[in-house]
Amino acid sequence: MADDRRGDPAGATSPARELLSAADVTRTIARIAHQIIEKTAGASGVVLIGIPTRGAVLAQRLADAIAEFEGSAPPVGSVDPTLYRDDLRRRPARALEDTAVPDGGLDDALVVLVDDVLMSGRTVRAALDALSDHGRPRAVQLAVLVDRGHRELPIRADDVGKNVPTARDEQILVLLSEIDGSDGVRLRRSGEDG
Amino acid sequence: MKHLLSVTDLDAATATGLLDTADRLKQALLGREVRKLPTLRGRTVITMFYEDSTRTRVSFEIAGKWMSADTVNVSAKGSSVSKGESLRDTSLTLSAMGADCVIVRHPASGAAHRLAGWIDRDRATTGTHTSIVNAGDGTHEHPTQALLDAATLRDRLGGIAGRRIGIVGDVLHSRVARSNVFLLATLGAEVVLVAPPTLLPVGVDQWPARVGTELDAELPALDAVMMLRVQAERMHGSFFPSAREYAIGYGLSAERAALLPEHAVVLHPGPMVRGMEIAPSVADSASAAILAQVSNGVHVRMAVLYHLLAGAPE
Amino acid sequence: MNAPDRTAGTTSADLLITNARPYGEDAVDLLVRDGVVIEIGRGLACPDGIETLDAGGHVLLPGFVDLHTHLREPGGEESEDIATGSAAAALGGYTAVFAMPNTDPVADTAVVVEHVRRRGEEVGLVDVHAVGAVTVGLGGLQMAELGTMARSRAQVRMFSDDGRCVHDPLIMRRALEYASALDVVIAQHAEDHRLTAGAQAHEGVVASRLGLAGWPATAEETIVARDCALAREAGGALHVCHVSSTRTIDVLRAAKAAGVRVSAEVTPHHLLLTDAALTSYDPVHKVNPPLRTGADTRAMREALAEGVIDVVATDHAPHATQYKDTEWAAARPGMLGLQTALSVVVLAVVEPGLLDWRGVARVLSERPAEIAGLPDHGRPIAAGEPANFALVDPDGVWRVRGATLASRASNTPYEGMRLPATVVATVLRGRLTTRSGRVAGIDAAWSGREANIDAAWSGRGAPVGARRNGEHQ
Repeated sequence: MADDRRGDPAGATSPARELLSAADVTRTIARIAHQIIEKTAGASGVVLIGIPTRGAVLAQRLADAIAEFEGSAPPVGSVDPTLYRDDLRRRPARALEDTAVPDGGLDDALVVLVDDVLMSGRTVRAALDALSDHGRPRAVQLAVLVDRGHRELPIRADDVGKNVPTARDEQILVLLSEIDGSDGVRLRRSGEDG
Repeated sequence: MKHLLSVTDLDAATATGLLDTADRLKQALLGREVRKLPTLRGRTVITMFYEDSTRTRVSFEIAGKWMSADTVNVSAKGSSVSKGESLRDTSLTLSAMGADCVIVRHPASGAAHRLAGWIDRDRATTGTHTSIVNAGDGTHEHPTQALLDAATLRDRLGGIAGRRIGIVGDVLHSRVARSNVFLLATLGAEVVLVAPPTLLPVGVDQWPARVGTELDAELPALDAVMMLRVQAERMHGSFFPSAREYAIGYGLSAERAALLPEHAVVLHPGPMVRGMEIAPSVADSASAAILAQVSNGVHVRMAVLYHLLAGAPE
Repeated sequence: MNAPDRTAGTTSADLLITNARPYGEDAVDLLVRDGVVIEIGRGLACPDGIETLDAGGHVLLPGFVDLHTHLREPGGEESEDIATGSAAAALGGYTAVFAMPNTDPVADTAVVVEHVRRRGEEVGLVDVHAVGAVTVGLGGLQMAELGTMARSRAQVRMFSDDGRCVHDPLIMRRALEYASALDVVIAQHAEDHRLTAGAQAHEGVVASRLGLAGWPATAEETIVARDCALAREAGGALHVCHVSSTRTIDVLRAAKAAGVRVSAEVTPHHLLLTDAALTSYDPVHKVNPPLRTGADTRAMREALAEGVIDVVATDHAPHATQYKDTEWAAARPGMLGLQTALSVVVLAVVEPGLLDWRGVARVLSERPAEIAGLPDHGRPIAAGEPANFALVDPDGVWRVRGATLASRASNTPYEGMRLPATVVATVLRGRLTTRSGRVAGIDAAWSGREANIDAAWSGRGAPVGARRNGEHQ
């Protein structure tokens, strides 16, 4: 996950081109919520599973938005795909993040996997493996805030907030107020953070 | 982290990181039918036990298996330098076979340190990376026991810093006591040792712990009490007159347990000598966390394997 | 092994030593004939054809005498033998060593002690005196034939069950009584084994943290106190091996003041090293008695300077790698000492100002010879005295490498350390046994001319140190 997107919190203060403003982020989340509702007949049977850290925050935001439109929120959880990654050996052991499957479980649910940035697809692949160990969903869909291309696996998102063509050495910084203090999406050349 | 030999290898941040990982792993496996993670697929973990210990060996074995490592158990009991292959040759052989991790239990204090030294020295020529985990060396240390105790205390008390933990019994011969004293101190706990003077090591005054004399006087202010094993051979070593007198002075009877605050936790590393060290009613009471210790043991050992084996070799 | 030269230890070519400073004092020349100093003075003429040693202003001391050496022969030749051990001794400045009896078979009969003595003579680098066992098989139960050994060709001067304490007070009393008639000394390894059951390290802070069973200082103190009481009544001479604990010194001081015939030794390692070294669990630091605290090493140094501890003895204890490269508990106790003893003494007591060179001569040569009753070692550097010398460069510095020491084993605790003072040459009865870190080959041609000597010092022709060039500096 982390290697697909923003880097460090310091990115929030580095010079970077703004792709989405705070208001854009709110609007985009609302739009994705609408798409989910449309595609799933009112989000019945939907379980939102975020990929930590920011995907989990986005999942909660989507649930809140769905509740606003539909009157009730779908169950929300998170699944940390780290233990399923195929690149663990390339870096020192990383800290694990929250895994919390809603009480009802995932069996026969329509799971919408939520992440902030889609790039290689390897994080999603790991998350799909993790999901299948937690239960047998009826179907799994993928919602992301930003798709920046450079896919390495045959994976695509069902719902995309914004498609952003990028160079490989650029970074996408997704900022969410729960973590970063404010909302926004920025593009930064690698190296600008020194 | 290359090896886990002693709790003094762990600073507070690293130890807390291990406990956090153990919590996440517990979460990741909670309520699942398939208790298997692919994380250590293709990794070989060897347990090499020169002493009997079903509990610890099985715990490590489950930890490895739940993370998809290939676990191999070598029962080295009975083998010794005098009877054949030296510890050094055995360990280098296992390393040469491609063991990514050797978990060793040995009656000699420092055995795990020696293994790590030989492996590291050998690595220069062979290029093998084998991590050593100390699963108990003589009367020196048992780091994963201390970690699982810390995980249990954190669960039950909501934290460790500032808590007062009593350790009662045969401190002199206890690797569990040594690992716990130093890890708990690193994590900010206040440790009180209570034992007959014959079962306290010379030099204990230099440990980050206070020595209490009266168990009854300490109990009301403890957040947790850890009862240590008293091995049968101590009964004949003039360390104390009789099991009965030991139980009167240092056993956790029901009456004594009633002196503990309501929130206090009772720990025992097992196997317990019921009656002498701990009354059956106390061992089975709600304040006892003895089975939680066992189940936390698996998660803590998974966390250790994860930190040693999952990432890039150091 | 080449045919031994039985005369090597008893005769010598003549030798002129120039510009040597006896005890670090004024430079003189010494002329040696038939193993005896015949003239000392300045600017001595060099007779034709005589071998000369330019001492370069270095310090000349009487050849060292080690009361406590393990040469491992017979039975332990994988760790050391009399040839390699003699080479190590000579390189360390020694001219006489006492080989402990814990060999296989045990040196508890005239046959074994005579063998040791004879092998020492064959090698010819140092006078090897066999120490006889006090009890049969070191078993502590039945006194060995002390008289037969003392009267044998080996002329055993000292008896010890070293490595084991003569624990039974009755046996110890009888041995001391019996020894008094033979005019020999009983050397005791003072350790109450009931107090040291399972012991692995000095009982203290370090051992308690490391989980190593403790060797309490009282286990030494109580035996020394008991033995002093026994020696007082028996009238025999008691020598206390490797004193390690501060409290033992108090016992010794009191016993000496009371007129007990007791002497005591300290090892170089107990003057310098402490149990702080144990945290690596490397058994190279495992020794019996164990390394103790910094306070103990300071007390040892002061007691040596004061004379309460009489001598420095190495307890040179070679162990082949397989006995040391193990877990701590499985390792054998002991460490090499012969080649490092002088340097450690200089570091621990000379540099801090506790002993001068006269003091070094006392603790490494004169008192040990006196305790063991050796008439021709530890003598003054004077005309008419035996020409047994160690020539020491006080400003030399060397780095210890176990692999290059002359001993077959390499278990030195000083590995990698830079130590002060080097032994430049050793002279045994007028004959150079080592020079510049090289050992004389007993079968090498000896021409007596400086130009030809160096060829003989190749090290390759020597039956000793053949694997190692004995490089020292």
